[in-house]
Amino acid sequence: MKRVVITGIGIHSCIGTNVEEVRESLYAGKCGIGIDPARTEYGYRSPLTGIVPRPELKGTLSRRQRICLPEEGEYAYVATEQALKDAGIDMDYLENNETGILYGNDSSSKAVIESHEICVEKKDTTLLGSGAIFQSMNSTVTMNLSTIFKLRGINMTISAACSSGSHTIGLGTMFIRLGLQDMIVCGGAQETNYLSMASFDGLNAFSTRVDEPLKSSRPFDKNRDGLVPSGGAATLILEEYEHAMKRGATIYGEIIGYGFSSNGAHISQPSDRGSAMAMERALADAGLKPSDIDYINAHATSTVIGDSYEAMAIDRLFGAYKTPVSSTKGMTGHECWMAGASEIVYTLLMMKHSFIAPNINLEEPDDISKNLNIIAKTLDKKLDICLSNSFGFGGTNSALILKKI
Amino acid sequence: MNRNEIKEIVNNFLIEDIEVEADALKDEAFLKEDLGIDSLDFVDIVVVVEQNFGFKIKPEEMTNVKTLSQFYDYIEGRIKAT
Repeated sequence: MKRVVITGIGIHSCIGTNVEEVRESLYAGKCGIGIDPARTEYGYRSPLTGIVPRPELKGTLSRRQRICLPEEGEYAYVATEQALKDAGIDMDYLENNETGILYGNDSSSKAVIESHEICVEKKDTTLLGSGAIFQSMNSTVTMNLSTIFKLRGINMTISAACSSGSHTIGLGTMFIRLGLQDMIVCGGAQETNYLSMASFDGLNAFSTRVDEPLKSSRPFDKNRDGLVPSGGAATLILEEYEHAMKRGATIYGEIIGYGFSSNGAHISQPSDRGSAMAMERALADAGLKPSDIDYINAHATSTVIGDSYEAMAIDRLFGAYKTPVSSTKGMTGHECWMAGASEIVYTLLMMKHSFIAPNINLEEPDDISKNLNIIAKTLDKKLDICLSNSFGFGGTNSALILKKI
Repeated sequence: MNRNEIKEIVNNFLIEDIEVEADALKDEAFLKEDLGIDSLDFVDIVVVVEQNFGFKIKPEEMTNVKTLSQFYDYIEGRIKAT
């Protein structure tokens, strides 16, 4: 089996719109959460959200390219532009070498809802414009980016709720391991407009700590009251190891383990058993023991039930080793379809710069999470092997293990 | 609305919304070959015509519209007919 490494990263998020800004935020424990008044007006329980700036692409992309891109597609474009540049890949390379794309996305609500509103008003589908269909489909990110970057390899979107981005990297790893592709653009994108999260807000899953936005997302804390939705996009360039070496590419790390599982149970409640199975499979895939892991980037979103189940699973596998754990979602909020990819970017930055980003707002762990070694303040520490968890609605679980080389 | 006013509105939305180069907007210019307007762009032209002139383009009436001048003629004809 071939080895798979990451040779480029890019990110556009509420804690920074490039890798350096994000590294600084992670180290400083800076939170990107704020208030969106439009949500209150629309009927949300909570106006809290990650505040993600919209990129200005006029002058960068043609009209045709821009009008087919929805919000999450714009984020994915700028993150991918950064990642390709970081990997030393230009359009000349892409036109002459087969490159694939596997990207996580699980909604494009705004485009769908706005099309509906036009039809209700005008009673004529010909007035929707030519971009509506390309913005509305779940595969909007991969169809747009493959066109813009002239990609000719594997081309599809992975929709797996809040583990979409992570599964994308796991599946990209499988394609490269099997020798089917030398390079794949992987990542995850998440829209942040107020139309996209109303039904999730309706589940009473979001924090309502509106008087303290910066303290609203508090994974593992006893007084957490829900997650804060967020978004943006993160892109990683996955590459076959020998191919990367021949190019003289800079290698952030190797993907040595991918584990997946499905709970086969409740549609929204997580499972400690399913979570543990994904982690165990990732360890087995990497040929490692739990004691080999230097750091766990937890999925923990700041929901009462979700964090507890993950804490149980982590404690069962890693409790004896007091493995350092943190969830970066206290800073970023829950980046949903993007989270599994962005948290690999966060973890790679921690590995590269030898620190553990803090699990901010952890003031008092609950009865289960007090068993874990949760890093509440930034810790300078050399990291060689790290695990990242992602879990989603429907019980879809993914765990990835990264190794510094 | 006279011919010059129609030309001004059409040219303006071709430049602003369809992003056609202003220098290319000559009466004899072919919509497809010279201005680069493809079938997807035409879908957007239907939308901007409705926004600017208040009527919808009927595709069957556009089959003989090949040049910009013919497009002005078509718009002018539709306005006069209402």
